[in-house]
Amino acid sequence: MRARLQAVLATAALVLAGSALAQDSTMDEIAKYREMLADGNPAELFELKGEALWKKARGPKNASLEQCDMGLGPGKLDGAYAQLPRYFPDTRKVMDVESRLVHCMVSLQGFKEEDVTRQWFSRPGKESDIEALVTYIGAKSNGMKIDVPARHPEEARMAKVGEYIFYRRSGPQDFSCSICHGQNDKRIRLQDLGNLTTQAGAGVAMSTWPSYRVSQGAMWTMQRRLIDCMRQARWPEPKYLSDSVIALQVYLQKNASGTVMQTPGIKR
Amino acid sequence: MADPMKIRASAKDGITEVKVLMSHEMETGQRKDSSGNLVPAHFITELSAEHNGKQVLAAQFGTAVSKNPYLAFKFKGGAKGDKLAVSWMDNKGEKRTDEVAIN
Amino acid sequence: MNMQRREALKAGGGLGLFGLLAAAGLITPSQARAEWNKSAFDAKTIEETLKALGATGAQSSTDIQITAPDIAENGAVVPVGVVSALAGVEVIALLIEKNPNPLAASFTLPAGTEASVQTRVKMGQTSDVIAVVKVGGKFIMTKKEIKVTLGGCGG
Repeated sequence: MRARLQAVLATAALVLAGSALAQDSTMDEIAKYREMLADGNPAELFELKGEALWKKARGPKNASLEQCDMGLGPGKLDGAYAQLPRYFPDTRKVMDVESRLVHCMVSLQGFKEEDVTRQWFSRPGKESDIEALVTYIGAKSNGMKIDVPARHPEEARMAKVGEYIFYRRSGPQDFSCSICHGQNDKRIRLQDLGNLTTQAGAGVAMSTWPSYRVSQGAMWTMQRRLIDCMRQARWPEPKYLSDSVIALQVYLQKNASGTVMQTPGIKR
Repeated sequence: MADPMKIRASAKDGITEVKVLMSHEMETGQRKDSSGNLVPAHFITELSAEHNGKQVLAAQFGTAVSKNPYLAFKFKGGAKGDKLAVSWMDNKGEKRTDEVAIN
Repeated sequence: MNMQRREALKAGGGLGLFGLLAAAGLITPSQARAEWNKSAFDAKTIEETLKALGATGAQSSTDIQITAPDIAENGAVVPVGVVSALAGVEVIALLIEKNPNPLAASFTLPAGTEASVQTRVKMGQTSDVIAVVKVGGKFIMTKKEIKVTLGGCGG
């Protein structure tokens, strides 16, 4: 009886070891897939397009965005993305790359906010200027360290609000961000789920956006990523550029600070 | 007009390696839009690459080539500063040519 | 649908890309290649495709390698390369067995171009990917299975 049980257990252990091996080779092949995609990221096409849009005189005021201040002074883009969101004295608000960009398109180029945000993400056949511009601005921080210490009282307050939202259970499934993203070594199907409460986990997540998503063949910005996370968690979707999304970004960027940006990224 | 391509061409040890990204929807003709109508096929059909005016690759694509196509190939010869041009045409007759200097 | 496409092709000018390039003086007329191979791209089975490519009876060969991951995280974009150490490769065609139209792309390699091409293709499901190569006037082929998965939220 006992010997038989041992035999069964031994077989079970072998089966488990076998499946762990299969799992390893699966992960190796997925890594190979990702590596092959990274060499020749279509995001580069959007970067080119974003650069042209940035420099072109457009809108009712026929102005370019070259005087736009993303936090480091007018027109200074190198490293700007890695230090956002931040507090802007001129608007007295904590702004992320997208809310600041829209602010510039409105104040410098004279566009109406509802016009420039109508196509804040692309659909097949309907391109998004915002996606291209954010890809260009993001790429100007490639290789730089994320640096969002959230020392300004308004930034610190937003980091707190973001942390609260991260742990807040809500929606019909009583779900929170932290259920999937608050522990190490979790997966959903083949996707690793980063622990966003740690520098390593938040770093991996935050350093690779904006990212080209092969599923849609489109660039995804951080606003789209977070708003879609909330949709997937069956939460009511926040409005584009809303403070709740910016607050979450401050919290996550603060956790990720010190991580080197690798942007634009490419994901499945 | 179609958006520009991103072309990288680098010469090393007598071989030039070319990597091209093209901006194109590559619609299969099998996808339905939100109102249930088939979206007509729209895809690059032909591509040609020339080194200093001499063809180094010709390609024909079907609808199975991914959106925003990527293509990499290698040819013998090519020196830094030489011209490398890539042209494509799609099934609606739209065309695009871009040129870079080999580095 | 096919009618529409033919109309569109006609509207694009009957010359085709290489005819246009030749007309523009970008390439010499001798370099202008065949028209887009409609019958090969419209074929629905491997046999029909091989026939349309003139490659019926292509022998399986170990002189061609398909470089691709065993598993693709998303079938919308599957990186696939074909390489061969054989000299004088003239044509490389890439077929996806289980796609509605197997032929994904074909490449014509002038002398001096290496037998090494890489692109990315759509795959509707797990399938054999077949590389057909024309070398010395003869066709040879090889295949590799690529599994297509769908993952979670995507980081």
